[in-house]
Amino acid sequence: MTLLDRHVEFLAALREAGLPVSVAEGIDAAASVPVIDLLDREQLRAAFAATLVKRPHHRPAFDTIFDVYFPPVTGRSAAPPSDTEPPPRDPDAAHRGPLEDPLRDRVRADLFRALLEGDDALLDGVAREAVGAFGEVRSGTPGRSSWSRMTVLQRVAPETLMAGLLDAFLAGQERGGLAERRARTLLADRIDRFTRRVDVDVRRRLAEVTDAESVARTARRPTIDQVNFLSATRTDLVALRREIQPLARRLAARLAIDQRRGSRGALDFRRTIRESLSSGGVPLQTYHRPKRPLKSDLVVLCDVSDSVSSFAQFTLLLVYALREVFTKVRAFAFVDELDEVTRFFTPGGDPLDAVTRLATEADVAGLMGRTDYGRAFELFAERFADAIGSRTSLLVLGDARSNYGDVALPTLRELAGRAKHAYWLNPERRASWDTGDSRARDLSAIVPMVECRNLAQLGEFVRDLTHAH
Amino acid sequence: MVDGVFTTPGEVAQRLADVRYLADTATATTVYLAATLEKPLLIEGPAGVGKTQLAKAVAEATGAELIRLQCYEGLDEARALYEWNYKKQLLRIQAASPDAAWEQTHDDIFTDEFLLTRPLLTAIRRSEPTVLLIDEADKTDVEVEALLLEVLSDFQVTIPELGTLTAVRRPFVVVTSNATRELSEALKRRCLYLHLDYPTPEREREIVLAQVPELAPVLAEQLVRTAATLRTLELKKAPSVAESIDWARTLLALGIGDLDEAAIAQTLGVVLKHNSDHVRAAAELGLPAR
Repeated sequence: MTLLDRHVEFLAALREAGLPVSVAEGIDAAASVPVIDLLDREQLRAAFAATLVKRPHHRPAFDTIFDVYFPPVTGRSAAPPSDTEPPPRDPDAAHRGPLEDPLRDRVRADLFRALLEGDDALLDGVAREAVGAFGEVRSGTPGRSSWSRMTVLQRVAPETLMAGLLDAFLAGQERGGLAERRARTLLADRIDRFTRRVDVDVRRRLAEVTDAESVARTARRPTIDQVNFLSATRTDLVALRREIQPLARRLAARLAIDQRRGSRGALDFRRTIRESLSSGGVPLQTYHRPKRPLKSDLVVLCDVSDSVSSFAQFTLLLVYALREVFTKVRAFAFVDELDEVTRFFTPGGDPLDAVTRLATEADVAGLMGRTDYGRAFELFAERFADAIGSRTSLLVLGDARSNYGDVALPTLRELAGRAKHAYWLNPERRASWDTGDSRARDLSAIVPMVECRNLAQLGEFVRDLTHAH
Repeated sequence: MVDGVFTTPGEVAQRLADVRYLADTATATTVYLAATLEKPLLIEGPAGVGKTQLAKAVAEATGAELIRLQCYEGLDEARALYEWNYKKQLLRIQAASPDAAWEQTHDDIFTDEFLLTRPLLTAIRRSEPTVLLIDEADKTDVEVEALLLEVLSDFQVTIPELGTLTAVRRPFVVVTSNATRELSEALKRRCLYLHLDYPTPEREREIVLAQVPELAPVLAEQLVRTAATLRTLELKKAPSVAESIDWARTLLALGIGDLDEAAIAQTLGVVLKHNSDHVRAAAELGLPAR
């Protein structure tokens, strides 16, 4: 296979993974190959990344595919054999029988050293050695084997090295303080780097026993703004929360521009005349006063029962990050009791903290502890009816699953009728609306319902919401 | 033109390091490619990771002049490209003798003398090595982006009265963006792309030491580890590299020799600029109350 074929296949794999690679960019990438040092793999990676990947959230997919198509090494035993002997066993220690594993001890000793020094080349070597030693999963058919990262990480168990590493790192300093905290961050980052290298090597070996194309396909993951709120893993949740602030900043910047551009205010007579003096009294250009932006109130009514709580959290975080766009934001949470939670979001306070407190302190769970839309709407109408005025946008967050209870449609109709706008955000995919106990159709007849499963959709909705004013 | 100046990415890294900008392989290779392929370089990344600094460092390393176009909302052609000097033209017409032919005057007032060149045109017309920095391109309106597109793809500008001006010597173009909005697909396609992120602690330590050589290495190590720890917390605004460097200078100025809890609490304002971030950091790191 020529380099050109490989290049074209690589581009195809990138497109398959959702990267919009144009023909022109493909040519740029090819043009960059002759001018760099092909023997330096990181240069090749940088050259391809610079010419082909124009959005940061495509970078992980790019790296995965690059590692599969342009592996650092090929074949089985790639790493030079380690010259370190396993640490001499304590002669007094009891014989550990079948559990004893000199190979594992040696790999762990190498890893320990590499983590302590934080040297990427060393980590590379250990990762390859570890995958070579433990990663193979034999299947029934002889000669055909597979590779697994799980078995490698289970056998090597890099996290269990942490205690020893901390000891070596702190060298007798006091434990538990700031120094430990700092060392921990550093080491956790290095362990993470090691785990990623194991992934890379496992994928490389898989690509050798099957083919690059199918491995590249399995490695594809949704970008963070496409991750589904309801099925997000813990790591995803942290990553999602990190995205909230930048998203809010982007939205706010966009909104400020839109508001200024949308309509011009009254003619600024003085300025127009003053400027016209420089063109001999002819007003070549008119100047206008900025228009006062029309802001509105926002009332958020959110279901915080377990099934949808993470969705409610993200929406509240985003709404509060954008609070300057509204004159006033009030938030209410319910399960089968209703509580106003505005008090947790103090100005200048930590919104994340607020969300955590909301989960523990808000008085939202009643007798049943299951979502009861009917009761929530009735309680809201009874206690906080004055929260909704003619300039209020009402936002209901929930999956519209009423546990087969009443949903108090007339009450909701009355509330929605009083508000300027009313929207319902549903974190379920549209296809599963109206299945089981979902009352999506009845509710959406009163309050327009919008599917909102990921950050991209949430951002889009918030933009439309502020536009509507 | 900067091309031909660099022969390998390694040389780029070396020469940038000489002007105290420590570039990793990706950065050096991308800069090298931008210079060799004569393509504009688009840099994105969080605030304060050295995007603008990279352009300045390239200019310094190659002995080129830096021409900067700071973008803002409402930036227009007259501010970015060129403008006719109306007042001077008016003066010229009034000063002309009454019997001068209109054709003559017309030809006279649309010459170089009456042209005010703005950064983009200036960069294109220079015959000496030039680095053109288009800073915070995401702040402009979409129309200006279209203008940039025209200038950056062909390096020529058409002025109706003068004809088409083509670059005598292609400038090295750096476009930076904070990604408050996504730049157009067309612009991205024409540029090489570099995403600068927070460096690894090992590299950040070198950066801090390169910028503040008087700092004790032990203290630098403590500082970058603390900065890395702060970045793992979910803060409104994570500390940038620029702020780490400020922090290093602060520690030096205050004569602090050990970055312990008390020292951090005393100087945290240098790296964290939001009250809620202070509260969070104090709680997570166990800092003494102020």
